[in-house]
Amino acid sequence: MDEARNSRSRISRRGSSRHGSGARLWLAGGWLLLALLAAIFAPLVAPQDPLAQDLMFERLPPFWMSGSEPGFWLGTDSLGRDLLSRLIFGARIAFIVAFAAALAACLVGSTLGLISGYFGGWADRIISRIVDVWMAFPPVLFAILLVAVLGTGLSSVIIAIAVIDWTRFCRVIRAESMGQARMDYVENARIAGYGRIGIMLREVLPNVVPSIMALLSLEMGIAVIVEAILSFVNLSISTDDPTWGGIIAEGRLSIHQAWWVLVFPLVTLILTVLSFSQFGEGLKARFDPVLR
Amino acid sequence: MNATRPCLDIRSLSTVLPNGARVLRSVSLSVQPSEVRALVGESGAGKTMIGKAVLGVLPLSVRIVEGDMLLEGEDLGRLQPKARRTLIGARTALIPQDPLTALNPSRRIGPQMTDRLVRILGWSGQRADLRIRQLLDEVQIRDPDRVLKCYPHELSGGMRQRVLIAAAFAAEPRLIVADEPTTALDVTVQKQILRLIAQLQREHGTAILFVTHDLGVVAKISQKVSVLYAGKVVEEAETAALFAAPQHPYTRALMAATPRYTDPFASLKPVDEAVLAGLASEIAAADQAWKRSHG
Ligand SMILES: Nc1ncnc2c1ncn2[C@@H]1O[C@H](COP(=O)(O)OP(=O)(O)O)[C@@H](O)[C@H]1O
Ligand SMILES: [Mg+2]
Repeated sequence: MDEARNSRSRISRRGSSRHGSGARLWLAGGWLLLALLAAIFAPLVAPQDPLAQDLMFERLPPFWMSGSEPGFWLGTDSLGRDLLSRLIFGARIAFIVAFAAALAACLVGSTLGLISGYFGGWADRIISRIVDVWMAFPPVLFAILLVAVLGTGLSSVIIAIAVIDWTRFCRVIRAESMGQARMDYVENARIAGYGRIGIMLREVLPNVVPSIMALLSLEMGIAVIVEAILSFVNLSISTDDPTWGGIIAEGRLSIHQAWWVLVFPLVTLILTVLSFSQFGEGLKARFDPVLR
Repeated sequence: MNATRPCLDIRSLSTVLPNGARVLRSVSLSVQPSEVRALVGESGAGKTMIGKAVLGVLPLSVRIVEGDMLLEGEDLGRLQPKARRTLIGARTALIPQDPLTALNPSRRIGPQMTDRLVRILGWSGQRADLRIRQLLDEVQIRDPDRVLKCYPHELSGGMRQRVLIAAAFAAEPRLIVADEPTTALDVTVQKQILRLIAQLQREHGTAILFVTHDLGVVAKISQKVSVLYAGKVVEEAETAALFAAPQHPYTRALMAATPRYTDPFASLKPVDEAVLAGLASEIAAADQAWKRSHG
């Protein structure tokens, strides 16, 4: 009896958005903060030089297995480079790409989506048609094509992701602004003498900001994946700087001798991507006054 | 000769949809200063559309093809869009049907209410705040500090409507369009809100175009009535005269269809077939005449 009541209250508590979003927000935010700090202070926190090769130390296992060496916590790859240090330095590129690409996509997509949804009419028709055409391209193929044209390098990866993914913002924000534009408070603001652009920015925008934040966070996760995919197919950063995708590609080659070179970067990648999407959802739940 | 200039004068207003259908059929009605004019009709008759036309917020798909609207003698159709917006913003206000969607869900009540006074009347924020508190007192909100800090969804429907009534009267408009302001509320709250609107109307001397489908409300609040059917005004009269001696068969049918407490079921008659047939031919004739004169 008591047991049943307890479990029911636990379920209902988890179901309520406040508590659910709280735990989600803190766990995901915690991991992201940790990864971000590691990225920023990489030279200070990385135990080894991520590029230093040492054939004496090749394919060392992680610290809890026999044959491991102190100072190489997650082991080494087939060239004897410290895996943890490479992951930490790889986080730098991952976060730079995540922030820059997602912000660019967000700025372009949200602006066009807001205009399209609020003004409607021919502005909406033109923007929606462009989005339709854009989305007809398979995204990964599109990215590879773009990078092939722009040339490899950090900035072309960022541009490619922004160019492809602004449509995600545009579609969602368009639909939401369209719903808001039909609300009576928008009409009320017009009666009170506000101009169209003023209403768009003052009345409609605040109502779509929670969604913009959620999408932005989700997009950062997606940018991390796309960057990893491009690195994996060797189309990302052409220098020796370690990237998560590049480490995964190398790890795949030595999976039978050193599984950790594949597994740790994969886990890091998945944790980061999940955290971005959960963090976004949590933010939305927290900042949406209606959901709150 | 009309001694007083009407606050609102709509002359032969017609609107059409993109498919060519006429929604408002040469509607004429006027509201004198400090007068409550009820606009009554069944759902879909075009009551809201008249209100939106007056307030200049018709949907883009609806086109005005005929008629003039004069707000305190100013012909709205002749004004530049910007001047029209300013005029409408300064002299009119809306008490909406649904108090939830009429407030911005992501902004607090306070700024939503004061913004307007600052923007339309150019008041200082402090003066606007004082004015809003005064109005909140008039609508019997006793804890203005809390309410002004709330988001709309944190208030009950009745409270939200009080806030909107306060906001509507705050800028001292000459004309308020009240579009079924009690329809979305609980029955018990409806009466209070109605009484509140009537009281503020008297105290502020504001003219109101009061849209409703409820003849009981008409009797309580208005001095004059226009009965609308399918976008056509079928009868217009002083409220007392209309109830004493309704002229149009549709008005009589509407009265017969209004439930009475003494005998709720016996009086609930649907509108008679013959009346509807008569209305249909009346409207067809009006449309014919309109087509002839407007090609
Ligand atoms: N945006 C619109 N587009 C097309 N038709 C509309 C629009 N708004 C209202 N109508 C039509 O105009 C008529 C009058 O509507 P409305 O003024 O809302 O009626 P009421 O307020 O009396 O219930 C209805 O038949 C409705 O279908
Ligand atoms: Mg209506």
